[in-house]
Amino acid sequence: MLADKDRIFTNVYGFQDWGLKAAQQRGDWDNTKSLIARGQDSIIDEIKASGLRGRGGAGFPTGLKWSFMPKESKDGRPSFLVINADESEPGSCKDREIIRHDPHKLIEGALIAGFAMRARAAYIYIRGEYIREAQTLQAAIEQAYEAGLIGKNASQSGYDFDVFLHRGAGAYICGEETAMIESLEGKKGQPRLKPPFPAGAGLYGCPTTVNNVESIAVVPTILRRGAAWFSSFGREGNHGTKLFQISGHVEKPCVVEEEMSIPFRELIERHCGGITGGWDNLLAVIPGGSSVPLVPAEQIMDAPMDFDGLKELGSGLGTAAVIVMDKSTDIVRAISRISYFYKHESCGQCTPCREGTGWMWRMMERLRTGDAAIEEIDMLQQVTKQVEGHTICALGDAAAWPIQGLIRHFRPELERRIEEHNAKFAEAAE
Amino acid sequence: MPKVTVDGQEIEVPNGATVLQACELAGKEIPRFCYHERLSIAGNCRMCLVEVKPGPPKPQASCALPATDGQEIRTDTDMVKTAREGVMEFLLINHPLDCPICDQGGECDLQDQSMMYGRGATRYEENKRAVTEKYMGPLIKTIMTRCIHCTRCVRFSEEIAGVDEIGAIYRGEDMQITTYLEQAASHELSANVIDLCPVGALTSRPYAFEARPWELKKTWSIDVSDAVGANIRLDSRGREVMRALPRINDAVNEEWLSDKGRYQVDGLSRRRLDKVYIRKDGKLVPAEWNEAFAAIAAANPKGSIAAVAGDLVDCETMFAAKALLGALGSDHLEGRQTGLDYDCSNLAAVNFNSTFEGIENADAILIVGSQVRWEAALVNVRLRKAAKRGAKIFVVGPQWDTTYPATFLGEDAAVLHDLPQAITEAFSKAERPAVIVGGGGLAKGALHPALAFAEQFNLVREGWNGFNVLHMAASRMGGLMLGYAQKGGIGNIAKAKPNVLISLGADELDYGAFADSLKVYIGHHGDAGAHAADIILPGASYAEKDGTYVNTEGRVQFAEKAVFAPGDAREDWTILRAMADALDVSVGFDSFAELQSAMIAAVPALGEEGLADFGQLPNADASIRASGAISYPIADFYMTNVVARASATMQRCSSELLHHDDLKEAAE
Repeated sequence: MLADKDRIFTNVYGFQDWGLKAAQQRGDWDNTKSLIARGQDSIIDEIKASGLRGRGGAGFPTGLKWSFMPKESKDGRPSFLVINADESEPGSCKDREIIRHDPHKLIEGALIAGFAMRARAAYIYIRGEYIREAQTLQAAIEQAYEAGLIGKNASQSGYDFDVFLHRGAGAYICGEETAMIESLEGKKGQPRLKPPFPAGAGLYGCPTTVNNVESIAVVPTILRRGAAWFSSFGREGNHGTKLFQISGHVEKPCVVEEEMSIPFRELIERHCGGITGGWDNLLAVIPGGSSVPLVPAEQIMDAPMDFDGLKELGSGLGTAAVIVMDKSTDIVRAISRISYFYKHESCGQCTPCREGTGWMWRMMERLRTGDAAIEEIDMLQQVTKQVEGHTICALGDAAAWPIQGLIRHFRPELERRIEEHNAKFAEAAE
Repeated sequence: MPKVTVDGQEIEVPNGATVLQACELAGKEIPRFCYHERLSIAGNCRMCLVEVKPGPPKPQASCALPATDGQEIRTDTDMVKTAREGVMEFLLINHPLDCPICDQGGECDLQDQSMMYGRGATRYEENKRAVTEKYMGPLIKTIMTRCIHCTRCVRFSEEIAGVDEIGAIYRGEDMQITTYLEQAASHELSANVIDLCPVGALTSRPYAFEARPWELKKTWSIDVSDAVGANIRLDSRGREVMRALPRINDAVNEEWLSDKGRYQVDGLSRRRLDKVYIRKDGKLVPAEWNEAFAAIAAANPKGSIAAVAGDLVDCETMFAAKALLGALGSDHLEGRQTGLDYDCSNLAAVNFNSTFEGIENADAILIVGSQVRWEAALVNVRLRKAAKRGAKIFVVGPQWDTTYPATFLGEDAAVLHDLPQAITEAFSKAERPAVIVGGGGLAKGALHPALAFAEQFNLVREGWNGFNVLHMAASRMGGLMLGYAQKGGIGNIAKAKPNVLISLGADELDYGAFADSLKVYIGHHGDAGAHAADIILPGASYAEKDGTYVNTEGRVQFAEKAVFAPGDAREDWTILRAMADALDVSVGFDSFAELQSAMIAAVPALGEEGLADFGQLPNADASIRASGAISYPIADFYMTNVVARASATMQRCSSELLHHDDLKEAAE
């Protein structure tokens, strides 16, 4: 279990003030100048050594991502850091806690990360529904400007760095990095084709790195306490601490910072007061936000909560938004609702996702009531396979995986509903 | 030059090629909807998926993937086949499959590709999506339920036409393509989206339910609605031209066509002159050919005859008239009906020397008195490309909506003698500077000042000729090559008071100046010329005769006859040949072939398709000064020639798109 002294987000519950003074007392903005003085390459190396993997869901090594940015601008184009605060994945709520209770961690991280990747400015793209959070963050940015921590000669480091806040308009797809860039540019939020990758041509055609809020906010602490400290948590390849967001059928849903690779059972017992109705009542868990496949109870109970451990179970850590479902859950309905979400949020740009998400949702709705044929389960599986991997961005995959997880683990339930429904109608017809 | 392997066949592809292009080079067909050679890559239809190693173990969109050395591309694996079937199935689940009543049927990419790459049967049992129709103006008919969201139309409007008129609203399966606030698409190239649309979502409104593509005879022709000489294909059924479509010619029109060139063809069957008429007691009455010829002979044309060529006539007609006049001892030939009398002693000085392809590469352009969008819409597309590549563009003349950034230097042509610093700076630095003189500029005497400008900034240099004149009439360059230009212009002919005036479809001419002449109109439409004429001899339009046209670049092109002229109308050269007999002179040809060889003997350049060589630019005459406020000759883009004026479609465009506000006001 993570000791209190090892927590990065010491005000995640908002027991203290979010303001600059309080943040400084918690250790933020403490001699930031000396962190910057270490130099770009040293910072990137430190982050690489810490084993930090992107906290936005895909788990790409953060230090490596930064190292893709150009070392010098050959044609005068500036570089940009874009911070993804468009936290829209159903189940995720960690960035919100960071922004409203610990915004200075994010701003300081933005400065250091921006410096390390030689960025001219950071754009924080915040989810449109986060209205109070945007106000807090804007106020925090202003505090930081006033204190000379960012802006011209940020924190007396001699480096000029601006932080801009941009509010989204409520589209899930704008959390995809290239769609976010399009949206920032004032266009319709539709993912771009890759290549070119944002590190080559991103925001306004300039080299850009898009990072999750949590990935950026942990950077100053990693630098202060050292890569070795950070990598002492978690299994090989899955180091560090992580904000877990546990929702659903647990006694006390919460957002909590824990070590990576903590076993599921321990996470729930220690922080959430157990599953409602006890462990025997657990049906399934969606361990990483709505887009990853669900994992049935018996497989998840003792699994380590990290990228690789959940991948072995055919799921993923995602944003560590753990959705717990007990046996009172109508699992088909739950997945159907998720399908509706993806149908609603598909941007409509590319064919498989635009047409496939609607088809999948409609079939899920019929499977919910059992108004289908057994063969249609296989057909649905095929349709998800036709969407997965055929689209421009990962939303197609995200729409396909929950259904694939359902079919993989709960096929008997689907068949039972169909048989029951058809039997009822057969009876009525006689 | 990367080397790639396509289905086991190793080929070398040009640098910067995509995987799709590599596959095409290897002779493999890659199905596609959103990809189009002349538009940016969208990669959204996902139809062009192929398997590429090295790479992720999933199919890749070949249109957007750069071909790199050592790639192993497979287009024939099961993965590719399933991927194509999957995408095709998705495209079809919400497509209405109303092919039997769809105008795109028979030339539909979706139809063809679903036959080749589809599954054959549907598995979709839910309800299909329906989308409300959008209003896109009098030319574009929308059935948006058929739309597959390839966004070609959006990209065309944005990138080629340069107007943000079409876009997508909503998202996911509710995404819809529409015009901004559902206003009509009102630029001059709007109808090209109909060709681009791979399905039947955007179809031609005037051509709706008219014909099926397999019923049509296809004839290669040349557009005469402006001096660009766009290459077109006339699709005809029986004696009627049903539609005009652009042909691909990268040097001229790429694969676009202006709305006028495309839709004026319905004017070919309206207001046609199909009988001989003679004016008796102030009224035009039907007559016989020999009556008409006798009347002409009676007017004593020998030595006192003039010919004025209209804007749409071909070189053969003009040559036949020239031969007739020559036999009658006259050289009163003129084509510039509106009274222009610029110096035509050297044709290089009145030619578009940079060529359309070349002007794309210019880096500084001065436009003198030309509303290019209306006078040559397809040239404006080239100018937009140049601007996108960084060219600085300046315009002398009244403001108009260029589709690219341009600096207007005021209306007075005298600015050519007192150049602002911005111009001198841009042009002295430019590597490929160009000047374009339009009709509005020529009218204010800007030709020689422009030549002086060319000398000053060295517009003609190694591998580059930046001096251009942009004409508006399809017959102009051919006419100038055949000597249809008098010193003093049309005024000179009027002064000579000829006994007989032969008007070869000249409808913009002021006939009042020829009150004493016997006015013989040889043309195809009952318009201004026919109203003023004493004798009307019905001729053939551009669709009804073979003919040579020279565009404003001096490009000689040949058009073929698509249909027969209506009624008693004859091909123009036969009328002139018969008239020669009636007037008892010999013109030296009895067939079209003989006429052509005589013409080529007289002007050899007309015998060879391609750019004519007019030699060096003349020296500028510094004594000629340009002055006066420039005005553009075209008041209404859709009404510039007799065919367009007779066309119901063009009339509708004019009233709905240009005079919409006036009409609204009148209705109140």
